[in-house]
Amino acid sequence: MFGATALNRRSYRSQAVAKAAFFLMTVALVIPVLIIVGTLVVKGGPAISWEFLFTPPTNNMTAGGILPALVGTIWLVVVALLASVPVGVAAALYLSEYAPDNILTRAINLAIINLAGVPSIVHALFGFGAFVLFFDMGASILAASLTLAVMTLPVVIVATRESLQAVPLAFREACWNMGATRWQTIRKVVLPNSISGILTGVILEVSRTAGETAPIMFTGAAAYVAFLPQGVFDQTMALSYHLYFIATQQTGVPEELTFGVALVLISIVLLMNAVSIGFRVYLRGLKKW
Amino acid sequence: MADGGRGDYAIETRGLNLWYGDFQALFDVDLGVKQGIITSMIGPSGCGKTTLLRTCNRIIERLGYVRTTGSVTVLGNDIFGDDVELVQVRKKIGMVFQRPNPLPISIRENVLFGFRLHEARLRKITAAEEHEVLESSLRQVLLWDTVKDRLDKPATGLSLEEQQKLCIARLLPVKPEVLLMDEPCSALDPAGTEAVEEMIWRLRGEYTILVVTHNMAQARRASDECVFMLLGRIIEHGRTEEVFLAPECQETADYIEGRYG
Repeated sequence: MFGATALNRRSYRSQAVAKAAFFLMTVALVIPVLIIVGTLVVKGGPAISWEFLFTPPTNNMTAGGILPALVGTIWLVVVALLASVPVGVAAALYLSEYAPDNILTRAINLAIINLAGVPSIVHALFGFGAFVLFFDMGASILAASLTLAVMTLPVVIVATRESLQAVPLAFREACWNMGATRWQTIRKVVLPNSISGILTGVILEVSRTAGETAPIMFTGAAAYVAFLPQGVFDQTMALSYHLYFIATQQTGVPEELTFGVALVLISIVLLMNAVSIGFRVYLRGLKKW
Repeated sequence: MADGGRGDYAIETRGLNLWYGDFQALFDVDLGVKQGIITSMIGPSGCGKTTLLRTCNRIIERLGYVRTTGSVTVLGNDIFGDDVELVQVRKKIGMVFQRPNPLPISIRENVLFGFRLHEARLRKITAAEEHEVLESSLRQVLLWDTVKDRLDKPATGLSLEEQQKLCIARLLPVKPEVLLMDEPCSALDPAGTEAVEEMIWRLRGEYTILVVTHNMAQARRASDECVFMLLGRIIEHGRTEEVFLAPECQETADYIEGRYG
């Protein structure tokens, strides 16, 4: 009476096929990541040493370390963050907590999504035109960082807005009903409960900023600078651009060195992502709703 | 806001109409809620009970597309007046929601949230004073003995019943006169419902309480007066036992007997 019918068996077969197909796709997704990271570790691993990290390149960048590029990347990321985080978080707060739902707000939201879709090379040209030439910053850390900031703003805004909107409306209502203003509500309830998401967004932005090449190419990165940057108006080396340069523009660079730079770069990005995930898990554990 | 003359009514609406966009939710509502008693509002879903309740402290305006005509007078003052400060309105008229919504902070911080918000900016509050406010508020809602040893634990760890009591307790430190309750027991089990009802009953006299409920039995045993609403209009308003035992309108009788709802 309860035995399988032919129809049952047919459903099970298609169900098994579907499951296998989805599993294979998932594996296919992981394989490239493993190959990339594996190749980098195998080929670039031997190049990594304290000396590699903390000395400048020598012999036309065919030997030596990557210190100026490493320091330059840190400069670029920090200055970009200083520019984009305040603007992005403030904009997200306005859009999420204050702005009425009207045509203007929707247009702004659309603009943010579109800004996220602009190719990075277009951002590079914009940055060159706007910051380097029009604002006369020259090719400098400042111009490059501002270009990166413009490019990553949508990420910050979207991540911040999403974590703000994840705070239940009931919390806001509770505050309003006790006579709190919007700003008091934001400061005492909304921000403390969304800070984990906001920080995660910021850290993800850092990892993206660190890896970008195109936007800094015309705006502040140099193939070789003999000294470490002293201020935001200096040109600088950067890991991503350094990698591009020694891999495609320079001859006689040992393979190990190129892969070593790539390994450092990807390590920074993965480390940042890991920090971000760990942070999120930790802060989520603190939440109690 | 200047204190107007206070009649018998804590809340009085005159010719109140309300629209959500093009949809009219309230029609010519004339309601007088007497001071110091518990008034319940019953009626089928979508009849405008919650809308009317939320109009009384203007929280409804947060929706943005709401339009009203007519007047609402609370404690003798027109709450739509030009010189009305929303913060003051909300202080005097506390609101309790269907689902308990304690803030994700400690029990102590929850109770003192409004107090700190409003008092701490005017003067220095001593720890002793805070403790006194905390204890008296929690005692009023019969929660003190349960939570006195874990005041610094997260409020979200309490049971729903305790959370709802806490949500009422945290309104009290800013000295409201009217408490609006939107189905305060509907998320609770029968025992919790009874406990919260009993607690609300004890607040009677000190506060004017307007409570929306779907639970006819609750309206019957825990209110002095009862308002029956249907399709955005007030159909009947009288002493609770009269509304239940001898309703004047056929619609009220049908609803109470469970013919629709």
